[in-house]
Amino acid sequence: MNDYRGIFADGLWHNNMVFAQMLALCPLMAVTSTATNGLGMGLATTAVLLASNTVVASLRNWIAPEVRIPVFVLLIASLVTLADMAINAWLHELYKVLGLFIPLIVVNCGVLGRAESFASKNPVPAAAADGLAMGLGLTLALVLIGACREILGSATLFSHASLLLGSSFTFLETTLIEDYHGFLLMLLPPGGFLVLGFLLAGKRVIERMTEQREVKEEFHCSVQ
Amino acid sequence: MNSNSFAGAPHAHDQDSVPRLMGAVLLAILPATLYGLLLFGWPAFNLLAITVLMGLLCEAGCLWLAGRPIRPGLMDGSALLTGVLLALSLPPWAPWWIGAIGVGFAIVVGKQVFGGTGQNIFNPAMLARVMLLVSFPVEMTTWLTPHPWWSGTSPGWLEGWLITFGHSTATDGVTGATILGYARTELGMNHSLSQILPGHYQAGAAALGWTGGSLGETAEWLVLLGGLWLLWRRVITWYIPVGMLGAVLVLASGFHLLDPQRFADPMLHLLSGGLMLGAFFMATDPVTSPISSWGQIVFGVGCGVLVYIIRTWGGYPEGVAFAVVLMNAATPLIDHYIRPRAYGRTWSGKPRLVPAHAKQSPLARKSGVDSRD
Repeated sequence: MNDYRGIFADGLWHNNMVFAQMLALCPLMAVTSTATNGLGMGLATTAVLLASNTVVASLRNWIAPEVRIPVFVLLIASLVTLADMAINAWLHELYKVLGLFIPLIVVNCGVLGRAESFASKNPVPAAAADGLAMGLGLTLALVLIGACREILGSATLFSHASLLLGSSFTFLETTLIEDYHGFLLMLLPPGGFLVLGFLLAGKRVIERMTEQREVKEEFHCSVQ
Repeated sequence: MNSNSFAGAPHAHDQDSVPRLMGAVLLAILPATLYGLLLFGWPAFNLLAITVLMGLLCEAGCLWLAGRPIRPGLMDGSALLTGVLLALSLPPWAPWWIGAIGVGFAIVVGKQVFGGTGQNIFNPAMLARVMLLVSFPVEMTTWLTPHPWWSGTSPGWLEGWLITFGHSTATDGVTGATILGYARTELGMNHSLSQILPGHYQAGAAALGWTGGSLGETAEWLVLLGGLWLLWRRVITWYIPVGMLGAVLVLASGFHLLDPQRFADPMLHLLSGGLMLGAFFMATDPVTSPISSWGQIVFGVGCGVLVYIIRTWGGYPEGVAFAVVLMNAATPLIDHYIRPRAYGRTWSGKPRLVPAHAKQSPLARKSGVDSRD
């Protein structure tokens, strides 16, 4: 499969890791109390996905099908350890926030799922593109949910963004309402489930609307 | 059959419907509501109006979004009842947004998301109260000592709206902890109950509602009266209220006998907090409680035990809402394990063998009618 457009459409929308496959929910609930945390987690997972898909695809002809799952897990675990150490070394402030959840990328079903269902059956460039697309889709979902929870929960957006992106990104840090009471439930895991549920419903509404429009357009074409 | 309708069997119909059921519950809770409004004045009335109006608005919005008929959904009274029950479980002078967010959560997340009236897993009003208590602990635990309408200290109509909209807060000296909250704090400081209770708690005042607390949890005797009326009208059955109150009574008596200085007496438990309201009006919600009578007893006892555990050892002074919501979650499990015996079958599901002498029923024998007729 070399249809890169299709791969990216899949990763970002049709087959989005969170909104369509419902994978990676554990890190989703745990870290998305702010948009910044979501962004950091998403980017770290994207890096791991890109690397793991590339490695698995390039080794796919040497891995015996009987032992493929342990081999995939081993590869992913090594890559996650690298990512963990890298973040600890260069983004130490973010590491203090996300700390526990970076090693947990290894148990993210999404990463293993892509290795199993895509990278082990496709050439390296396509697998790399898939890893990137899936990772970006996950990042999008994490940032979106993080932003919703952060706005509702503490009326800020991208707080502590400078920790992740450097001090030049301080302008991203906005406080929407001064003197906000705080909506604690949104910052707790139930808030994550609630926001995810409403966003899922929103995605389905959008899909239904586009479907109806397509049907209508086809109808017009056939009439003409 | 001299019925004119040509509906299929069974032909006997007791005219019960959702609107009638909701109407009966509303009527039963009306005295306690009015009494609460008298005690807490205009701000409480405003809060009630806001929760009811917002509840109807959210219900209508959800029905419109789902493309279902709006009028019958609004007129069945379930949103109205949710609004009233939520207002009764809130601090009477809570700001308007507490009521609005709470009832929005109750209707949208608590009920309509699951498919509307009759489909919800949790009691909407209790779910909203739990959400509000977790999210806004300060506003949800600012209790007011009663300011009856006739006492002269009650705020006027305009001032009432100012309080509801947060421009004028209740002044110091009129707020105080509920007895359960106060006892919790003092017990935490290693004071014994005989030091704590005098001057803060009289059983009579608690029963008459002369204490700080939620709008509907103060007037215990009116809630009890409404509940008994519901029992008499057979809108609810006795299994859940008796199980819940009985469990609290037994546990509280037992622990009180063990150590009267550490554990409050059973009357305090029964007469304070939202226990009566919860036992008669929240836990008995037919949608979220088990079907069989034994299941309902298990459900009620579970609620009561949880209430006592949370009140005595939990992190919050009051636990009725948590207990009801937790047992709501256990309801499918209870229904799975405790099923009513199917007609004509034994408990294990095998066909029941009819003894020879009972083959012909006494009624049929007397009237001489063949049972096949």
